[in-house]
Amino acid sequence: MTDRDRIVIVGAGHNGLACAAYLARAGREVVVLEAAAQVGGAAVTREFAKGFRVSGCAHLSYLLDAGIARELKLASHGLKWAREGLKTVALSPSGDHLVYKDGRLESGTLSEADRKALADYHARMLKFARIFAKQHNRVPPRLGGGGRADLRGAAALGLDIRMLGREDMREFLRIAGINIYDVLEEILESPLLKGSLALDAVLGANLGPRSNNSVLALLHRLSGQAAGNAGPSIPEGGMGAIGEAMAGAARAAGATIRTGSPVRRITLDGDRVSGIELEGGEKIAAGTVISNADPATTLFRLLGARNLETGFVHRVRHFRHKGMAAKLHLALEALPSFTRLASELVGERLVISPDMTYLEHAFDAAKYGATSPDPAFEVTIPSISDKSLAPPGKHVLSAVVLYAPFDERANGDGARRELLDRALSVLDRHAPGLRRQVVASELLLPADIEREFRITGGHWHHGELALDQFMMMRPVPGAAQYAMPVGGLFLCGAGCHPGGGVMGSAGRNAANAVLATERAA
Amino acid sequence: MSTREAMGRKEHFRKAVWETPFHPRTSALNTLNEWHRWKDYTTADAYFDEQLEYAAIRNACAVFDITPMTKHLISGPDALAFLNRLVTRDVAKIKPGRVGYTIWCDDNGQVIDDGTIFHLREGVYRLCSQERQLDWLMRNSFGFDVTIVEDTHDVAALAFQGPTSCAVLKAIGCTGVQNLKPFDIGYYPFAGGELMVSRTGFTGDLGYELWIDPPRALDLWDALFDKGRIHGIRPMGTHALEVARIEAGFIQAQVDFHPADQAIMTDRSRSPFELDLGRLVDFGKPCFNGRRALLEEKKKGSRYRFVKLDVEGNKPARSAYVYDKDKNVVGTVTSAEWAPSAKRNIAYASLHMPWGRPGDELWAEIYYQRELKWYKVMARCHVTEQPFWDPARKRTTPAADF
Repeated sequence: MTDRDRIVIVGAGHNGLACAAYLARAGREVVVLEAAAQVGGAAVTREFAKGFRVSGCAHLSYLLDAGIARELKLASHGLKWAREGLKTVALSPSGDHLVYKDGRLESGTLSEADRKALADYHARMLKFARIFAKQHNRVPPRLGGGGRADLRGAAALGLDIRMLGREDMREFLRIAGINIYDVLEEILESPLLKGSLALDAVLGANLGPRSNNSVLALLHRLSGQAAGNAGPSIPEGGMGAIGEAMAGAARAAGATIRTGSPVRRITLDGDRVSGIELEGGEKIAAGTVISNADPATTLFRLLGARNLETGFVHRVRHFRHKGMAAKLHLALEALPSFTRLASELVGERLVISPDMTYLEHAFDAAKYGATSPDPAFEVTIPSISDKSLAPPGKHVLSAVVLYAPFDERANGDGARRELLDRALSVLDRHAPGLRRQVVASELLLPADIEREFRITGGHWHHGELALDQFMMMRPVPGAAQYAMPVGGLFLCGAGCHPGGGVMGSAGRNAANAVLATERAA
Repeated sequence: MSTREAMGRKEHFRKAVWETPFHPRTSALNTLNEWHRWKDYTTADAYFDEQLEYAAIRNACAVFDITPMTKHLISGPDALAFLNRLVTRDVAKIKPGRVGYTIWCDDNGQVIDDGTIFHLREGVYRLCSQERQLDWLMRNSFGFDVTIVEDTHDVAALAFQGPTSCAVLKAIGCTGVQNLKPFDIGYYPFAGGELMVSRTGFTGDLGYELWIDPPRALDLWDALFDKGRIHGIRPMGTHALEVARIEAGFIQAQVDFHPADQAIMTDRSRSPFELDLGRLVDFGKPCFNGRRALLEEKKKGSRYRFVKLDVEGNKPARSAYVYDKDKNVVGTVTSAEWAPSAKRNIAYASLHMPWGRPGDELWAEIYYQRELKWYKVMARCHVTEQPFWDPARKRTTPAADF
């Protein structure tokens, strides 16, 4: 093989690894370069206190593509589930919690109307999310491309929407671009239920419940389940198990994975990539470079804006990727006891978002650059189902804390201490005594996530999931087919269609785009 | 208060149109009192007789106030790299003390504007353009260590064109100015300061452009008119210049092409190839705005062709439709004039491909008025590849006195 045949993948996140596995299976020489000491990117399990391990960034799997898991034989590469299809517990400070799963109330008090509305809502949203699910493994059509594949892709999307039937199609088109607040206000009474359901629409996004695009973000989140997944699940050994299994699949297919190898820049020969240069100075020649990094990191830091045309640079600069969520890790000396919550439910997905106004107020602060005075939470205690994560009898708590804006006014040790204190206060309100059980803690602000996971803005999805940054416009119109304007350069991360969440689809689609480009050449 | 002072005090909005530093003289000479707006400034259409003003360009020398022209100073370690990504030609070939004509495109390879790059000193450039460009330049600067300053209001400038222009410049103290080659820049001490002279212009004749600090603007004007009197110096307005520029073969934004950044409909803008400016596109550069689209256009073919037409008869074919022999509309005239020196009826036209090949039978539909009665002629047009006006004195160095 010549240098020109070699494929370098920058970043061993789950998408980079999926991409590597597919290309290696297709017989390509693939080298994956990862800056961190371990693979997985945001799907990683790491020790944050002596004896306590936790999923360092993403902590629930709800979008992993079943087809990819099957094709890459992730199970035979060690992926097992500690828990599949978690229930959601909407925590109430008074102890009147609601427990529901797949639109069915399992415990708690709801009016008959709300029970029915919840079931209808879940079924309908899942039906809508199926539209997105069908797009996961398609390379989006090029807007105005006019090619046959582009027209076919656009027609398929239109047909999927049309096939919803008249009433659902109208409803889909009505709500897909609007906000979750209005949608839930229309159909539900219980403030607690609405608060809990609304959280799913804003997790990780720069959105409050009243922000448009929140329905879209929710449908994206549900699209994994719509495609046949069990819903939010926890892998054995934490989310790192997904990264490890994908790495195993890539290695088994013949890919080389080098950790601790940060890439300094992508090198060019004329208007084509010629390979990469590592921070240490080592150069690796390649005819194709695929970046798992976010668009800004790839195009501005590794490639350089000067090697791109100005209109394109301008669009990429305005790709919104402001992280809004903090990640909290607590090492606990014992299992916390939540007010009036049955102990067998503590291991489920616990949501603290008592009503939509609470959530909106939390967002208000963040909108203006401050962390929320009363944050909202998605909490898991994975050590209940996976004993390997903590010493015997002890536990780890992992929570997404909303909101913490990527903003210099809400950064640094002071902001971190302050938000940690508030987070512990809120948790302690729901689980009295929890604060005293904490033996170690870690709070990652978006700036910390940016640093540790090398994601510009610390945004899980590499960029907002919004109509203007979605599908054929992700990351930007004219570059949504994984190929970048520079010859031989591709993106394969969450900044591309179908976006964030540990799915693997962007990686597989990028691999297909690379192979299609080879065929066309 | 000057424009610059007003801007400093944030009071520029109180007045939409300003006078240039030459206004005390230009207004005194403007016996017709004919003015129009050119960006931020008022500028003379004509001073006394546009035909005589034109005659001065070709037979003596004429002064045109170009202060309103948009000007940017571009410097910093990445100035050359920045310009090379911005424009289509290779700026590295414009050495210090030289000027280059260029165009710049958007990502789609459509022309945003044309202008000149003055390589003032090693690594310091001035970009002159018809349209305002600050926003586009700032967008272009991301990722470059470059300083961009719009200095439109900080430089007073005159176009000084015509066969006797060199003699006058020598007389006001520009010693050795005759040795400037076309597109050279020279610096001369003047009135206690410095006068920058470039052998450039918009008339296709021997001529210069003069650049000076605004406080010395009137000294320069007075010196030119004092020493120029016996050389037939005249002020000229835009009408005279328009005839000269069409005769000379220069295109103009907003007239011969619609700037791509202002075009709403996709077929309104033009690529360099569609403006017959392919020679300004250097594909040897690995990255410049529009490169990919232009390579694609090279492969697939252009939509339009820009041609010079020699029109039969003597009626200028202004805004005329152009027809093929079967009376199908194949394009439109963008600029047209009776060319007094070339003594031909000339026009520029943008034609649909494949029209505009030498020898194509083309007709212009020309309307004209006599005593309020309209007449129409269909005039045969001949595609011409040679320039209409190209005197040797334009290039001869050292420049002659005449």
